[in-house]
Amino acid sequence: MTSSPVLAQRGPEPGQPGADGPVFVAADKARRARRPRALIAAAMLIAAVLALPLIFLLIEASGSGAGADARLIFRPLTAELLWNTVRLTVVVTALCAVIGTAAAWCIERTNVPGRKIWAVLVVVPLAIPDFVVSFGWASLWSWIHGFRGAVIVMTLAVYPLVYLPVAASLRGADPGQEEVARSLGSGRVRTFVRITLGQARGAILGGCLLVAMVMLAEYGAFEIVGYQTFTTEIFTEINVAFSLPAACALALVLVLLSLVVLAAEGSLRGRGRISRSGALAQRVPAPYRLGKARIPALAGLIALTGLSLGVPVGSCLYWMASGGRDSLTGVSMPMAALTTALYGLLSAGLATLMALPVALLAVRHPGGARRFLERSTYLVLAMPGVVIALALSYFTERYLGGFGYQTAPLLILAYAIMFFPLALVGVKASLARAPVSLDEVARSLGQPRLKVLVRVTLRLTGPGLVAAFCLVFLSVITELTATLILIPTGVQTLASQFWVYETNLSYGQAAPFALVMIAVAAIPSWVLGRFFDRGAADPRMMT
Amino acid sequence: MRKGNWLMARRWGRAPRMTAATLAAAGLMAAATGCSALSGSASTSGSSNSITLYSGQHPQTTQKLVAAFEKATGIKVSVRSDDEDVLAAQIVTEGGHSPADVFYTENSPPLEFLQAKGLLSVVRSSTLAAAPSKYNSPQGDWVGVSARVSVLIYNPRLISKSQLPTSVMQLADPKYQGKLALAAGETDFQPIVTSVLRAHGTAATVKWLSAIKANAAGHLYPDNETVTSDVNSGSAAFGIINQYYWYRLRAEIGAGAIHSKIAFFAPHDPGYVIDVSGAAALKSSSHQAAAQRFLAFLVSRPAQEIIGGHSLSYEYPIASGVTTSAPETPFSQLQPNSITLGDLGTGSAAVTLLRQAGLL
Repeated sequence: MTSSPVLAQRGPEPGQPGADGPVFVAADKARRARRPRALIAAAMLIAAVLALPLIFLLIEASGSGAGADARLIFRPLTAELLWNTVRLTVVVTALCAVIGTAAAWCIERTNVPGRKIWAVLVVVPLAIPDFVVSFGWASLWSWIHGFRGAVIVMTLAVYPLVYLPVAASLRGADPGQEEVARSLGSGRVRTFVRITLGQARGAILGGCLLVAMVMLAEYGAFEIVGYQTFTTEIFTEINVAFSLPAACALALVLVLLSLVVLAAEGSLRGRGRISRSGALAQRVPAPYRLGKARIPALAGLIALTGLSLGVPVGSCLYWMASGGRDSLTGVSMPMAALTTALYGLLSAGLATLMALPVALLAVRHPGGARRFLERSTYLVLAMPGVVIALALSYFTERYLGGFGYQTAPLLILAYAIMFFPLALVGVKASLARAPVSLDEVARSLGQPRLKVLVRVTLRLTGPGLVAAFCLVFLSVITELTATLILIPTGVQTLASQFWVYETNLSYGQAAPFALVMIAVAAIPSWVLGRFFDRGAADPRMMT
Repeated sequence: MRKGNWLMARRWGRAPRMTAATLAAAGLMAAATGCSALSGSASTSGSSNSITLYSGQHPQTTQKLVAAFEKATGIKVSVRSDDEDVLAAQIVTEGGHSPADVFYTENSPPLEFLQAKGLLSVVRSSTLAAAPSKYNSPQGDWVGVSARVSVLIYNPRLISKSQLPTSVMQLADPKYQGKLALAAGETDFQPIVTSVLRAHGTAATVKWLSAIKANAAGHLYPDNETVTSDVNSGSAAFGIINQYYWYRLRAEIGAGAIHSKIAFFAPHDPGYVIDVSGAAALKSSSHQAAAQRFLAFLVSRPAQEIIGGHSLSYEYPIASGVTTSAPETPFSQLQPNSITLGDLGTGSAAVTLLRQAGLL
């Protein structure tokens, strides 16, 4: 049997008694000493691409002069809007954490009936665009207004961002630790809080990070319920003042806010690593029997999906039934759906591929500079899509002479950049659970590094990769502002075609596109549920 | 081949060499096919017999005009729709390699903005002559195609016509608190502010805007479509819009669902403003001749009749002597304020004041 250089320094051979301690210590040291050059190079390239929008912001903001920028930023209205944004972000993030985790636990770990359906329905709200939600909520109840309304509407729209990573984490969790805790006398609640939630902590925090960043850049709250946030100012600069430099200066303030959010998440996460106890084979955790609690749990899930899905879908149906007879021509529905699906698939694939090296670097080879590299890639989530699209437009114009502008590959790259952090969180959460020792075992059996990566690591992080892919796919389906700028002329996605009808007040023609968007979103959600439902044949999972 | 590998191959029923390389190749091929499928008809815009139009105008209007132009001249037009301000920012960012040949907007400020940056080419004088000169660019860089007028929309169940303000300055009156609906960020509201600024000066305008902010509290909306539908449904008593929003809502939801009416300000009041929708050819365009033909078409009789025709834009055609008929008040009977397009400019002064008052 060949032995890799790493194992050359070992004492007793693996398998022999007393081999565990010094073997793993030596392997640990050797692992940390080895610098993953290829990984670092790939991660740096990806981080550089993701830094393009930030560079654009800095270039544009400096164009309007520091004095004008300062006057713009330090206005009383700015303070008021900043407070609105912070308030909304904090409350929505907290609510999403609770709702997302609760839903994930109910669906993954309990025996609540209809789990497979809930797993799909609970994710779909992410694919409902803000402009569709605005139909339903604003017209139905007029007390959905102001801060209260914004919190309700936004929470129902983005809680899947917490649900997906936490569900993937819970699905792949090691039940051994919970069993050990219970056997040591820890009560059920205490076990849940300290062990289950502790294991999922990385995923929960990652999801909260996504929610917070998305809320910073969120413009939909204003459109829907008239609640002005800081982002409103950025759009005002473009819409009304034609001042892109001023808009970019304000966007930099958002970037600063997102740095604060990143720092907070980093300090909350801590440096702990998740370990597995006992045998390394994957065991399915036994579902928790709810008993009497089934009714409230079921009611909760029904209420959640009813509000987040039912209201927008209902209003679409209403508009289809009562809309006017407009004769606007546009791209056909199948064509738009195919275009959207293709863009979604290619962008999600690219984003997940890009997220792999960065996630591997962050989880397997942590270090000061590498951590900074990984954190810097999150900033792009706090930038409005308009800014990212204009950034790419600027760079293709200046450095490529306009080559590649308004072509499909550039738009796919734009989507991958915009939603890269979503993919990263999904991949990281699963990667953190994949035990390194399995990789080492594979290496010790003589497999080359790349093969180990593909056959072992990627297999173990499967749920995370699929979650990442689905998250990005869902987000791409509803993306509008960057699409309108970068899509090849004459091509329409479901979202852009919907927008064309909606701005023309042709709600009757617009509504079917919204419904198809929601339907297309159900597909990856279903895949996610089916493909990783490990315990499908497990009798313990029945009832 | 090692025995272990062969065993695994047996179980999975395929050659052990089907690895990452093959998968990657398959993935790349799929991506390439996908990309070419997604490019659609974008490759046709290279010929000299086609132009690219960046349109901020409503899609229905644009589509009918483009179809008629293609039929009349055989020049193909690729249309790109987006908000006019985003398109303006996009054109500036695109710079000399902009794919756009013609820019068609809903309001004049974006055109003035691009003109100030020197990005527009001069319009042929024959085209400019088709419309009254007060509706064209003062520098001759863009041509006016259609117009709208600012009006009050009100819900008779919540406020009677006699209670409505006759002058836009009266909007500051505290008796309208909680009744006024406003889309302060709309490009349609800016010209009114510019007009008030011109008539009454900076200090009075800021005071007026602050009072409006107080009166419109709780009814500040992102766009005029929402103002129109909310006043119609009774969420607010009255608001300021451009007249065509009301007609278009009526066409969409039917006359039976309309519970609102429109009213004009007093003649020559600062609030009684004409908004002009115009078009321009870009200097960076490589299809100047075709672009100029499109501009000429927009102000020609057939195009103006399309604009004036019913169930379409409800905007006023302003060129070639075409007029609309009922239901709208005829254009010639309007008595707007004397403010010119040059005075309106890009609206930057208005924006500064709106910011000062905390509305933006």
